[in-house]
Amino acid sequence: MLNSLSVLSSQSPVVAPQGAGDMTIPLILVLALPAAGAAILLLGGRRTDRFGHLVGTAAALGSFVCALVLFFNLLGQPADSRAIQVDLWTWFSAGRWQVELGLLYDQLSALFLLLITGVGSLIHVYSIGYMAHDDRRRRFFAYLNLFVAAMLMLVLASDFVGLFLGWEGVGLASYLLIGFWQHKPTAAAAQKKAFVINRVGDIGLSLGISLILATFGTTSFAQVSELAHEANTGVLTAIGLLLLLAACGKSAQFPLQTWLLDAMEGPTPVSALIHAATMVTAGVYLIVRSNFIFDLAPDARSAVVAVGTITLLMGAAIGCAKDDIKKVLAGSTMSQIGYMIMASGLGTVGYAFAIFHLLTHGFFKANMFLGAGSVMHGTNDDVDMRHYGALRKAMPVTFLTFAMGYLAIIGFPGFSGFWSKDKIIEAALGENLLVGICAIIGAAVTGFYMTRLMLMTFFTKPRWEEDVHPHESPKVMTVPLIVLAALSVLGGLLLINDWIVKFLAPVVGEVHEHHPPIPAVAVSVIAVLVVAVGVALAWFLVGKKDVPREAPEDVSPFVTLARNEFFADAFNDEVIAQPGLKMIKGLHAFDDGVVDGAVMGGASAVGGLAEVSRKLQNGFVRSYALSLVGGAVLVLLALLVVNL
Amino acid sequence: MNTIPTPQIDYFQVAPMLIVLGAAVIGVLAEAILPRRQRYLAQVAISFVGLLSALVMAVFVFKRLDPNSLSPKRGQVVAMGSLAIDGPTLFTWALVLIFGLLALMIFAERHLEGGVLAFAGQAAAMPGTEAEREASSRGLEHTEVFPLLLFAVGGMMMFPASTDMLALFVALEVFSLPLYLLCGLARRRRLLSQEAALKYFLLGAFSSAFFVYGISLVYGFAGSMSYAGIAQAVAGSSDSKVLLYGGLGLMVAGLLFKVGAVPFHNWTPDVYQGAPTAVTAFMAAGTKVAAFVALLRLMYVAFGAIHVNWAPMIWIVAILTMVIGSVVAVAQTDVKRLLAYSSVAHAGFILVGLLGIRALGEVGPQDADGVTAVLFYLTTYGFMTLAAFTIVTLVRDANGEATSMKHWAGLGKKSPLLAGVFAFLLLAMAGLPLTSGFTGKWVVFAAAMSAGAWPLVVVAVLISVVALVFYIRIIVVMFFADSEDNGVSVAIPSPLTSTVIMIGTAVTLALGLIPGPLLDLLSRVGVFIR
Repeated sequence: MLNSLSVLSSQSPVVAPQGAGDMTIPLILVLALPAAGAAILLLGGRRTDRFGHLVGTAAALGSFVCALVLFFNLLGQPADSRAIQVDLWTWFSAGRWQVELGLLYDQLSALFLLLITGVGSLIHVYSIGYMAHDDRRRRFFAYLNLFVAAMLMLVLASDFVGLFLGWEGVGLASYLLIGFWQHKPTAAAAQKKAFVINRVGDIGLSLGISLILATFGTTSFAQVSELAHEANTGVLTAIGLLLLLAACGKSAQFPLQTWLLDAMEGPTPVSALIHAATMVTAGVYLIVRSNFIFDLAPDARSAVVAVGTITLLMGAAIGCAKDDIKKVLAGSTMSQIGYMIMASGLGTVGYAFAIFHLLTHGFFKANMFLGAGSVMHGTNDDVDMRHYGALRKAMPVTFLTFAMGYLAIIGFPGFSGFWSKDKIIEAALGENLLVGICAIIGAAVTGFYMTRLMLMTFFTKPRWEEDVHPHESPKVMTVPLIVLAALSVLGGLLLINDWIVKFLAPVVGEVHEHHPPIPAVAVSVIAVLVVAVGVALAWFLVGKKDVPREAPEDVSPFVTLARNEFFADAFNDEVIAQPGLKMIKGLHAFDDGVVDGAVMGGASAVGGLAEVSRKLQNGFVRSYALSLVGGAVLVLLALLVVNL
Repeated sequence: MNTIPTPQIDYFQVAPMLIVLGAAVIGVLAEAILPRRQRYLAQVAISFVGLLSALVMAVFVFKRLDPNSLSPKRGQVVAMGSLAIDGPTLFTWALVLIFGLLALMIFAERHLEGGVLAFAGQAAAMPGTEAEREASSRGLEHTEVFPLLLFAVGGMMMFPASTDMLALFVALEVFSLPLYLLCGLARRRRLLSQEAALKYFLLGAFSSAFFVYGISLVYGFAGSMSYAGIAQAVAGSSDSKVLLYGGLGLMVAGLLFKVGAVPFHNWTPDVYQGAPTAVTAFMAAGTKVAAFVALLRLMYVAFGAIHVNWAPMIWIVAILTMVIGSVVAVAQTDVKRLLAYSSVAHAGFILVGLLGIRALGEVGPQDADGVTAVLFYLTTYGFMTLAAFTIVTLVRDANGEATSMKHWAGLGKKSPLLAGVFAFLLLAMAGLPLTSGFTGKWVVFAAAMSAGAWPLVVVAVLISVVALVFYIRIIVVMFFADSEDNGVSVAIPSPLTSTVIMIGTAVTLALGLIPGPLLDLLSRVGVFIR
């Protein structure tokens, strides 16, 4: 009876972790190692220049080992007692509100831990080669470690406030790394843009947390998940929308997507780690982690789905029009995260697939970003695909690994992306036909732009700059590529026997009786067919023709629109920045005139009063005595008038 | 025929006070017996031993109290009903004794005046005469200042303990008379110093007259001199209360004169400026503590039953005191005068705390927030003002102390440490966080808020902003004004003076960072007994 009730009301699972026991030390170490690495490298300064990259990489690898230990221990536990928690200390308390700094390790954080530390370690290794000639390599590794620590804090926190700490930490690390080459004005501008736009999202998160606190009187996942069903739906919807705003900022979703393409100014390993595999997926994590809120707020979930759908189409369109290889990949990242956000908006049926796609995307997109970095490494840091062509022979390893990522992302049957995207499309079709169709169109466009990228880079005729002699990258860079390529191919194994769905069920809830309108096989076939159409289109439009070295100017309005990222920057500038500036000017004038006027006026009034009253202090005892008498009269009057 | 009963005095309980007064008497004797050369050391030693043993004794008596128990463990009225030895009394005693010890150190400073005290060499010599020059060239000094200091301390101890109007009056005079004298004993700028002393004396006498007249009216109403008797009469009588209010008003006028509340404050700037700075420091710290606790005891123990009737009057005085003190301070150009006005403004803030006490008669220790707040504020203010005035003694030019603010320009470059410490003390007076001034203001405001005196707190907070202006102005002058070569330098004092500055600053910092222990202690100090 109770069981069926809970199914009817689709009550989300309560977060009820157990003590960590033996796992306390690894759980703390997983976070402490990269944090210590960052501290050593930043505080040690130049003394650590020689071996800084080794310290940083060792910290990341150590963290990965801890994550593995934790994971295997977790697999050894029964499904319902896998969540563990370590309470470190009371961070702060005010009135009845207490924030415990605690680490929550459950199935969801476990997967994130493996992704962050695993891909993170590979990227650390790769960066040893990629940044070999940079004077500030040690600082780069310090920031990378800082990022890993903050990201782990984000996914391990047992409390919304702890999550916020990590959230801001990754924001800081992202800011520092986008502008790592601070001598480039474009990089400095890009980091500032990313920071400012993320502020908007962060305000959403802090307001959301405040609303959670006001509603439930607590911010810990455990207690909020327990109390969530007691709150009224309006409030839950408001919380959900605020958290969605936060997710939009961090995950570059519409309408806060504009920073991600500019963020490609950062070194490529940064783009791979932060702006593809991990940080930008924090929004998905936030929504899935807050499933106990979204499950009870269907309106907020509709908004999530809408945002995801818009972004997945928008990102795909941008990917089609860009010539900068990293920007194509960034547009693709936007689009793929759009899929995840959309899936997480579908509720219980989508959470697990959102996380599944997040993992596979983490593999293949990191793979392709690092591959792009390898290409740039061999072509004097040129990013324009119109200057590539026929690179498959010059850099065979990069080509082959990149191809694995390519096949994964377009959803070639058998590759990881096929499984994960297919599941999302299936779930979307089951919930809403329009959304499902949009997801299928997105898949077709993905096939188009990724094929275009492959062709322009590795096939067609060479269009190299004069002094460019493409060459394969060193082992330290190609080995991570090979590992990631293998993961891109094999990531789909997670779905065998619905493993990931069952694995995550204790956290995100179980799917009951899901009947898609069309059979799953048909969905897969349709998806593969439309992708094939996209690929073929690219072959005819790009592969069969000569690619001009200069981007053509006479293009359709759609291309112009996509090239300019749908004029979102111009829109932001005209609609938000300019009026904002005007308002600030107005406020400044108001501050100068009215506020300062009042303060200065008050000051002169005080000064005037002071001048008048100091005259009373004339130095004559007789006047002082008179004032004494006056005072006595005043006191007597005050007593007698009041009382008699 | 009536016989006069032999007074019963519990010597153990009043020992701290008797030790101080006894040491003062010994000091006077020593002055008469010892040759001139030995007097300085002997006097300093007598005073030091006297004050220190009194302090130890006071702590000893305090230890035997238990504020939560019933009488007599929580305090006793001794000496024929004229002195109450309870928690607040003993805390005040300890405080006054510590201030006395610190004052003794700056009194004993001889480095700054080339080997002699900062007090007049021969007070009887007219300023500017041959006799004065001779006294100064012979290196004469008045070591009588030490017994005078002890008498003043003794009076300040008796004042807050008095539970009898006559004892209160006697105590008032016992501590006032030595202060009048001390004010006139400056070695430099003697005319100004003598003028200050005379003004203080005349106005003090004038206010004493009000005070005594008030006593007689209250006696006329209550038929008793003791607080207990008055409280009984006030609570019980249904007669016309004109006599009572008249008497109360005049007594309060006399006490408000001592704490320097507006409009009884006019003497403060003139006297603080003219008096030797060591005396000013002691007066500012000690008098304020003694007089405020005495005022508290009188208002709540004797007149607590008509609390609601006299509270509006204190409201008016508190607001006037804060406003006038702070506003006029803005226009000051002399550091000592400015600190004097600051002390007036502080008196206003303490009055705010006084209104935070709802009723004293029957409250348990846990309800005595207002008392805790006032005592805490007095402690913090005492230490910071002592240290601040002591710093003033170090900034000198050829004519002695250079107290004009323009002489302080650029002090931050000449002596960053001293200027930094002074700036810290000023910020503490302004009530910035991390200093005891902040905690003090906070507890006082909180007490007043909880007693419902929020309009007063609003005024107080606004006035704190005004007060910030003049404190910061000194800091600006010290650190950001161009220093001219005006012959002003920072004198290097003996360890005596440095110790005082160090202790004052350290306490100010410590009570800002960790006020908990003192607040705990104060909340256990207990109630005023009757």
